[in-house]
Amino acid sequence: MKRIHTPLSVTFAALAGAAALLAAHATDPASAPQSAKKSCGTVTVAAASDLAYVMSEIAATFEKATGCKIRVSTGSSGNFLSQIENGAPFDVFFSADIDYPKKLETEGLAAPGSTYLYAIGKIVLWVRNDSRLDVSKGFAVLRDPSIQKVAIANPRHAPYGRAAVEALRNAGVYDAVKERFVLGENISQAAQFVESGNADTGILALSLVLSPGLKEKGRFWRVPENLYAPIQQGVVLVRASQNIQGARAFLDYIKSPAAAALLERNGFMLPAKVKP
Amino acid sequence: MNWQAIALSLKLAVSVAGILLISGLPIAYWVTFSRWRWKFLIEAVVALPLVLPPTVLGYYILVGLGPRTFPGKLWQSWFGHTLPFTFGGLLIASVLYSLPFAVQPFSAGFETVDRRLIEASWTLGASRLGTFFRVILPLSAAGAITGTVLSFAHTIGEFGVVLMVGGNIPGVTRTVSIDIYDQVQAANYDAANRTALLLLLFSFLVLSAIYGTNRRALSLWRKP
Repeated sequence: MKRIHTPLSVTFAALAGAAALLAAHATDPASAPQSAKKSCGTVTVAAASDLAYVMSEIAATFEKATGCKIRVSTGSSGNFLSQIENGAPFDVFFSADIDYPKKLETEGLAAPGSTYLYAIGKIVLWVRNDSRLDVSKGFAVLRDPSIQKVAIANPRHAPYGRAAVEALRNAGVYDAVKERFVLGENISQAAQFVESGNADTGILALSLVLSPGLKEKGRFWRVPENLYAPIQQGVVLVRASQNIQGARAFLDYIKSPAAAALLERNGFMLPAKVKP
Repeated sequence: MNWQAIALSLKLAVSVAGILLISGLPIAYWVTFSRWRWKFLIEAVVALPLVLPPTVLGYYILVGLGPRTFPGKLWQSWFGHTLPFTFGGLLIASVLYSLPFAVQPFSAGFETVDRRLIEASWTLGASRLGTFFRVILPLSAAGAITGTVLSFAHTIGEFGVVLMVGGNIPGVTRTVSIDIYDQVQAANYDAANRTALLLLLFSFLVLSAIYGTNRRALSLWRKP
């Protein structure tokens, strides 16, 4: 027993040292905003997972133009909603469903009138390159008995999942596939199920299948827009934001033609082009 | 209340505890009594799930055993489907993930058995198997109960692996923990609250029953 004692205390000392080092590093980013440009500091952004790729592009161009820093978290909109309702330190919330920002406004947790429709999402039927399925036939291909699993986002809370179910119902194939659904926690996870080959096909966001991670890996068919209600994506300024100024600057940038062009190029439809 | 999810979690946890009781006892026996020089390597492998985040196991099951890899193809040719999105897949993941929670208490129990009693049994002509069931196991029952209960409880509480490889299929892979997560995401806080409360009460009752009958049952590290 005694012999173990010394090495143990050495281990603990090393661990404590490592912890101290980590702690020192952890404080770095927090002090960075003050030393960076005072005008806008760091803007913390919660973004729906369909934005995972385009948001990094938008953030990069915004950072270049203004010297502000953007810190992006991507995930499911429903998760972000409940996190913000419970005090998560986000400045701006890009939801895949405009109802969530509106809900935050009603609850007094977002700046009144700040909800903005920044894009319309589109869904596609996607298969991997090595799949035998011919997606150009559209939803009819889903009747293929060799298909074991069809990945969609969870329609209980993910707007892309709801749109997928709605489109399948309207196309009359819902009953043929409902037993074969696997549900991703968000649209990125649904994509990952198909991309890893564990699901045969999936209904995914156009923005995801155009992103560099998936672009070369599969083929897709655009689900006709008359089959589902537009997936209205809303952004809102979180009321508890510690950086209102920077958040407003970023929101203004989202409304600019430059950001709109990036969104359009990455698989989103612009609201202006939908409304007459 | 989602009784389907609750029933599924119970079914999964009972299966995992059963499998680990049967497979964990021989592993623990070997780990305890073997004098093999490299035994520590096996001990390290058994303890891995204590250290590794569930995302690592989830990743390997999803991608490493996916239909694009050799082991995944082999599995697919045997069973007709890959591991993710099936109850069997969850079962295998959970058994791996709860392995140390069964084997370590089992092994700790065996270590408390007086070596002289075991040797006496052998010299009196009892076989190794007979000795195990009539001497070792009765004397280390507390460890066996602890390991079984812990693996049951740990499976009820499992979340990360199921989220990564389950695919959220009602009645197949939508466990209670996933159901609660879903409800919170959909902002159904009332439903989430009811299920969470039920789970809290259930866990408390199970643990109380165990502690009430066996004071040191849940000490993972101390010898029972």
